[in-house]
Amino acid sequence: MSQASGAADTKPRVSPINDPRVRSLVFQAMLVLVIGFAVFTAINNARENLQRQKIASGFGFWDNIAGFAISQTLIPYSEAVSSYGQAFWVGLLNTLLVAAIGIVLATLLGFVMGVARLSKNILVSGVARWYVEIVRNLPLLLQLLFWYNAVLKALPAVRDSMGLPFGSYLNQRGLFMPQPIAQPGFNFVIAAFFAGLLGAGLYARWARIRQERTGQQSPVLWVRLALVVGLPVLVFLATGAPLQFDFPSAGRFNISGGMVVQPEFLALLFGLVIYTGAFITEVVRAGILAVSHGQTEASYALGLRPNLTTRLIIIPQALRVIIPPLTSQYLNLTKNSSLAVFVGYPDLANVFTGTVLNQTGQAIEVVGVTMLVYLSISLGTSTLMNWYNSRKALVER
Amino acid sequence: MTATDMSAHAPARDGQRFVRSVAIEPSPPPSSIVGPIAWMREHLFTGPVNIILTLLIVALGLYVLPGLIRFMFIDAVWSGADREACIITPERPVVGACWAFVRDRAAYFTYGAYPMPQRWRVDVFFTLLAVGVVWLLWLRAPRRDIGAIYAFVVLPIVSYLLLVGAPALGLPYVETTLWGGILVTIVCSAVGIVVSLPLGILLALGRRSTMPAAKLISVIFIEFVRGVPLITVLFMASVMLPLFVPYYLQPDKLLRALIGIALFASAYMAEVVRAGLQAMPKGQYEGAMALGLPYVQMMRLIILPQALKVTIPNIVNTYIGLFKDTTLVVIVGIFDFLKAIEAARIDPRWAAPTVSATGYAYAAVFYFTCCYLMSRYARTVEARLAKADKR
Repeated sequence: MSQASGAADTKPRVSPINDPRVRSLVFQAMLVLVIGFAVFTAINNARENLQRQKIASGFGFWDNIAGFAISQTLIPYSEAVSSYGQAFWVGLLNTLLVAAIGIVLATLLGFVMGVARLSKNILVSGVARWYVEIVRNLPLLLQLLFWYNAVLKALPAVRDSMGLPFGSYLNQRGLFMPQPIAQPGFNFVIAAFFAGLLGAGLYARWARIRQERTGQQSPVLWVRLALVVGLPVLVFLATGAPLQFDFPSAGRFNISGGMVVQPEFLALLFGLVIYTGAFITEVVRAGILAVSHGQTEASYALGLRPNLTTRLIIIPQALRVIIPPLTSQYLNLTKNSSLAVFVGYPDLANVFTGTVLNQTGQAIEVVGVTMLVYLSISLGTSTLMNWYNSRKALVER
Repeated sequence: MTATDMSAHAPARDGQRFVRSVAIEPSPPPSSIVGPIAWMREHLFTGPVNIILTLLIVALGLYVLPGLIRFMFIDAVWSGADREACIITPERPVVGACWAFVRDRAAYFTYGAYPMPQRWRVDVFFTLLAVGVVWLLWLRAPRRDIGAIYAFVVLPIVSYLLLVGAPALGLPYVETTLWGGILVTIVCSAVGIVVSLPLGILLALGRRSTMPAAKLISVIFIEFVRGVPLITVLFMASVMLPLFVPYYLQPDKLLRALIGIALFASAYMAEVVRAGLQAMPKGQYEGAMALGLPYVQMMRLIILPQALKVTIPNIVNTYIGLFKDTTLVVIVGIFDFLKAIEAARIDPRWAAPTVSATGYAYAAVFYFTCCYLMSRYARTVEARLAKADKR
């Protein structure tokens, strides 16, 4: 009674020490002060140390001549005239190249092994299982060094290169492959490819609308395949096959012509693909197992055939579970590509935090830029994947 | 004989049906359902694709395994003092794994350049660590609360005194530049493990806190560290950290790497713990609040014990990742186990064709054993927890 009347006219009196709002404000203020003080001290110390060691600061070095060679360059770069800025772009492109190829191959390997892991054939599932167990329990660095030093460096010397199909050669210096050279008229083929892509998209849309309206299905897969693959092939043949190959020719001491894939690149790619593939295997297995068997049975009860069941019922639901962890595996692969340093592949971390840092000594700028690049790749990819995931996610109440 | 039995065998009379009262033995299932042949048909030769796959794998196994066994054991060289033992000679054209090399350099792989007369200290450290690990991980060990204090408070202090040295106790200083091999690998992972759990819990609580400042700081730290490769974090710790502290307080090279590893592992641990916190039903928080528990006690007594319990498998998985990642400290000039193998491998005293492969095989066995045991442990705990949740 007295409580009720007391609550009606006055607020409960709480000492400010016990008021959660005051406490939280005080705590946050303390936290911000401590962190702010630490940052302030660090900046002050850095300024003092830089002056003491006579290290320049700022990005003045960006346009200076780099003066070191890079073994693999996707854009024009020369030791004598190119700047540190150009070296940065070369390194970044090399990182993106190995990450992109690695992601595609690791996904293929992971999906094949993930399905194999669930096979009824115990030999098939056993191979997949031990692949995962062994690869996941060994450090990536050990695997990279193994591929580079024990496998690729142990290949035959240039003199007795191994001949491969399509006029390729494999030896200690890398994989020598025929290089396609586009002749005039090849642009039409590329244009046909993009036109086919556009047509395939439009056709799929038309087919979906038609099915929703009339219930009639169209052969989507075949028509799309014909548009994307068939059209460019037709144009290619019609324009008189405007593509020539520059085959490598084996000499006594060297191989001339063609294009060469360096052993450093191959070792890094092998290592990344096999390592990440093992993680993707587990992701795929978990995703497929997450779709309950009742879904399959219900789909059979509706009269769907097994391959339609897989395509329309199992895979879409499994993908929903697979995509988020798959994204983080892609990001791991990209970040792990920085282990290129250990096999000497000129990626961003190797070129920038390696050579450029040694030459300029500007640790804060160089390491900062490198971190920022990886950070933007990571955050960009996860934003994109979150968007895709939110589209694919189950809409719940 | 009972009456029913009698009637079963008696001839059927008028108005009475023949009813068998004893079940006949079931006939054995056809051999296409049970037995080794049926098993093989089900598991190895289900269809044309499976038959081809089975034959391919068997052929591959027959091709690879004998060669591997020959290399590892039959053609292997088990003893010898230097490269002479493992080089190819006309009398011995095929040389397998050069285990003599591993035996010769085993002490170097374990201790690095740690001074010979002081190596017993490292052995004591390994023993103390093993005691702590078993005490913590063996779920039925007595007094695991004391075990936790031992592992997280006593052990770090004693190990520091042991390994670095304490002249007052008669243990001369040993420079960390002399440390190497398995010792450094273990030290790096142990520091990462011991630091990352408490720091990770703090960061996870900060990320889920209602205080905007704490939340913002935690989110920035976690996302930043998780977004960059470990190599760049190590570079930061190695070349930027010395700039951020006063010049008279320069941290030791190993310490810098340890700071880098600990920060990196904390960010990953924070996300693992956060997942556990999110898995807690809201009723647990509300129940604790209804009991009038303040935040600290609510977390310490109600939420964290339950949340950490369900995350144990994920925590161990993070530790496996951390253990593998310690190989990267080479990049800032720390001499870990893998680096010791690399250095010994190219040493001309042991220059022989199979030395590299043997060194990598030894490293692989070491890392695989450690990681595999950890993952088995995680799976055992997972199974145990699943049993507790089953109704």
